[in-house]
Amino acid sequence: MSRLKDRACIVGIGETAYCRAPGSGLSQLGIQLQASLRALDDAGLTPRQIDGVMPFPNLGSAEEMAANLGIASLRFAATVHMGGAAPVASLQHAAAVVVAGIADYVLLPAGWNGYSGRRARETIAMDVSSLPGGAIARDYYMPYGLTAPPQWYALIARRHMHEFGTTPEQLGAIAVAMRKHAQLNPGAVMRDKPLTLDAYLASPMITDPYRLFDCCLETDGAAAVVVTTTERARDLRRRPVSIMGVAAAQPYPADEITNRADLFETGLTIAAPRAFQMADITPADVDFAEIYDCFTFEVLQQLEETGFCGRGEGGSFVEHGAIELGGVLPVNTHGGLLSDAHVLGMSHIVEAVRQLRGDAGERQVEDAEIGVVTGWGDFGDGSIAILRR
Amino acid sequence: MSDASAKTPVAPPITPRPLPAMQGLTQQFYDWCRQGELRFQRCDSCHAWRHVPRELCAQCGAAVWSWQRSSGRGRVFTWTVAVRAMHPGFAGDAPYAPVVVEMEEGVRVVSQLVDCAPDLLAIDMPVTVVFDAVTPEITLPRFTRA
Repeated sequence: MSRLKDRACIVGIGETAYCRAPGSGLSQLGIQLQASLRALDDAGLTPRQIDGVMPFPNLGSAEEMAANLGIASLRFAATVHMGGAAPVASLQHAAAVVVAGIADYVLLPAGWNGYSGRRARETIAMDVSSLPGGAIARDYYMPYGLTAPPQWYALIARRHMHEFGTTPEQLGAIAVAMRKHAQLNPGAVMRDKPLTLDAYLASPMITDPYRLFDCCLETDGAAAVVVTTTERARDLRRRPVSIMGVAAAQPYPADEITNRADLFETGLTIAAPRAFQMADITPADVDFAEIYDCFTFEVLQQLEETGFCGRGEGGSFVEHGAIELGGVLPVNTHGGLLSDAHVLGMSHIVEAVRQLRGDAGERQVEDAEIGVVTGWGDFGDGSIAILRR
Repeated sequence: MSDASAKTPVAPPITPRPLPAMQGLTQQFYDWCRQGELRFQRCDSCHAWRHVPRELCAQCGAAVWSWQRSSGRGRVFTWTVAVRAMHPGFAGDAPYAPVVVEMEEGVRVVSQLVDCAPDLLAIDMPVTVVFDAVTPEITLPRFTRA
């Protein structure tokens, strides 16, 4: 696996505008095409040079994207079925594919009209094929009212509070940090809407222990990145960002949450040590982290499982501004799914690249050299990329 | 949505609560519930209990198993209080609390308590199975405070 270290780079990033009402005005395909074209332009590539496409699960096919973009020589098309962990896991596939010579330039698009179209929560609740455990959730969760992701993950959060004394104020510190960062991001949906800990605590309960502000946004938006070999990256328009380490894994069992021997052992528990081993660094060497923040507790848990702090220490780790810009580990410098927009994890990769290029403006992490991006999806699938400038 | 609906108000269709699909091993599990018995698969080879139903024993790989009767007793392992329903079928139930019960056999099941207000729930609360016939064909296992 370490044979992949620094052999592939992210060479292009693209984003659409992120918005809620009235919506993007584009189709689900159209919004992803717009982000893809921007990523290609950023890289200085034409669609005809792209020969690999890795769409996000259930949001569009490589075939239709290639047809629209004029990708006439599609040599590699695949989707990693890990929900929100898919974009970062796809970086691993893309790196392996370009290093092996299976394709030269791989496009990773993701996007949806998560506000103006069908809401995420409705998709999950009403469409069994979109459920990670499929028939298991239909037959053993949903009849008992356990129908949507915040409810599944609240079960884990509650257990963490019981075992480690994690508090609502600690979850709130995560929501507040993401919101602070969004104030420095001109494109963030929650820009100009600051959040205090008191306002967080006063927000309505959705599914205990998750309040409104523990939950990610539902937004319209798309983002895309392009991966190629480190060798080819040198000839392109922008300063490449190197994939030092990357890994993805699933918890056991991956299709059922409640019977895991250890509820906190998720895909990231397995993936993170592998990625750090590949990169040959430790979590202490990391300058910032973009952590998949579908809900606040998932940030806390992933900080623990990535090794930024010990199991059970996430609550105290996130307090007192430690994960804010200027803290020991700035987390989700764009505002994340909680306060920037819900772009399925792809915007986390885009933000990491922007930080490592030194293009993050007011929210730039000083001297950012190494950044971590994680993905969390389905019932706890995990992925992690360690990137460097 | 037709224009006529503006003149003649029509009640929105009531979405039923989701039900298990009665097929395969799931049908067998719920058929036992309909007979008033909570049973889980138990490996005939290494005697490990398992839930949800699986084809093979993940402990030893054996494909031989039988439905063994549970004591029906367990403890609350974790829960959430759904204050806002996220499926229209549960809109009238909120707030309600899906719970995970860890059975004496070691397996965990998602269910609900029939006699406990959400704010009284506690981890390790002892509970006992009861049966709720939600349709003539389908009976769901629920729990009562022991």
